[in-house]
Amino acid sequence: MAVLSYVLEPAMSAVRRGLEPLIPALRRFARALARDAETADDLVQDTLVRALRAEHLFHGGDLRTWLFTILLNLDRNRRRGLARRPVLAVIEEAEPPGEPGSDGSSRDISRGLALLPAEQREVLLLVTLEGMSYREAAETQGVPIGTVMSRLSRARATLRAHLEDERPPLRRVQ
Amino acid sequence: MTHREPSITDEELHAYIDGMLPADRLGAVEAYVAAHPEVASRVAAWRAQAAMIRERWGKVAEEKIPERLLPDRIAMRAKGFGRKIAAAATIAFVLGTASGWFGRDYMFGGRDGEIARALADAAIEAHRIYVVEVRHPIEVRADEAHLVPWLSRRVGQPLKAPDLEPEGLKLLGGRLLSGPHGIATAFFMYEGGAGERVTLTTARTLREGETAFQWRAAGDIGAVAWIEGGLAFVVAGPAERARLDRVARRVFDAYEVASSEQK
Repeated sequence: MAVLSYVLEPAMSAVRRGLEPLIPALRRFARALARDAETADDLVQDTLVRALRAEHLFHGGDLRTWLFTILLNLDRNRRRGLARRPVLAVIEEAEPPGEPGSDGSSRDISRGLALLPAEQREVLLLVTLEGMSYREAAETQGVPIGTVMSRLSRARATLRAHLEDERPPLRRVQ
Repeated sequence: MTHREPSITDEELHAYIDGMLPADRLGAVEAYVAAHPEVASRVAAWRAQAAMIRERWGKVAEEKIPERLLPDRIAMRAKGFGRKIAAAATIAFVLGTASGWFGRDYMFGGRDGEIARALADAAIEAHRIYVVEVRHPIEVRADEAHLVPWLSRRVGQPLKAPDLEPEGLKLLGGRLLSGPHGIATAFFMYEGGAGERVTLTTARTLREGETAFQWRAAGDIGAVAWIEGGLAFVVAGPAERARLDRVARRVFDAYEVASSEQK
């Protein structure tokens, strides 16, 4: 197998070398986007395959934002499919029971994120979970920085309202 | 509502909690937040959200990477493998058989995505063969009314030759590609203003699965493949991804409209 891949690929490409350390982050991001672990890894796998096949289209620049852009595009296609398939959309809602971190507050954040328009959810995750700069997030989404800022701002406002809304009504005493 | 010093913007508040504020602005923003309780609680809420997100998903990055995502495995999939056997694989992967996708389980790990990719390989081969044909690129010309009914009948499902004029592509016509196992594949050819040709290959799958758009490139030819509604599709043409993606979307939408009209 090693010999075969050597024949097919005499020199390990820059893309392939650079790809490996980014896999954990891609999985993390995909998991937060897709929620279901299996779906998330499918997305990552498709992203990696596509990146290696299209590596001739990668002319330097930031490999990370390029990979995340591919992943976002694949996720959009995936959601397009889901939108027409309510049955699958319901499955996506299901949070695996007993998964680490699925306590009350985490479920809230999960549900809160699910309420956001996709572009807002993406920005918020790119920035908070992946620690991308606004410029990198803009590059990943292919939009101007101003758009990233307004998406981020709206995402945070909606999420705040959602999370505060879910507190016990005790706090509503006037 | 709250009076705000003109020098502190919303962007800076976000940058403050995202750790992207230039050091020389930190003092001013902190003082401003401290002096405005409403801003302070907003900023605290944003921070809490970020902490919850990181707590919920941060650990995923520490998990062991599954075998199927390791670069060596991925590289094997990405390079060569599918392409080498594409010609022979036409039967196995392009076309469904009564028993489902022959070979899908042991050859490609049984994933619809792989099927779409293998189909793309086969379509690229067909594209290479017929696109260079000057005299006989197609069997039946676009202006012959029986083109679509004929291919639909042979493929076994209603087909369309979507209008791609908005992408500057004119339908030349089509031909039937025949695969072993007696299952037919439709091949439509379009031509653009610069003489470039784009083909749409469609075959019936007997699976109800569907996939995202898959991009495949082999040299100067690129392809977008997907499976939807019992049909596998491949749009192939000069490896110009954005354009092929747009074409694929038009084809996808054309079939979508057709299927919603049936309802």
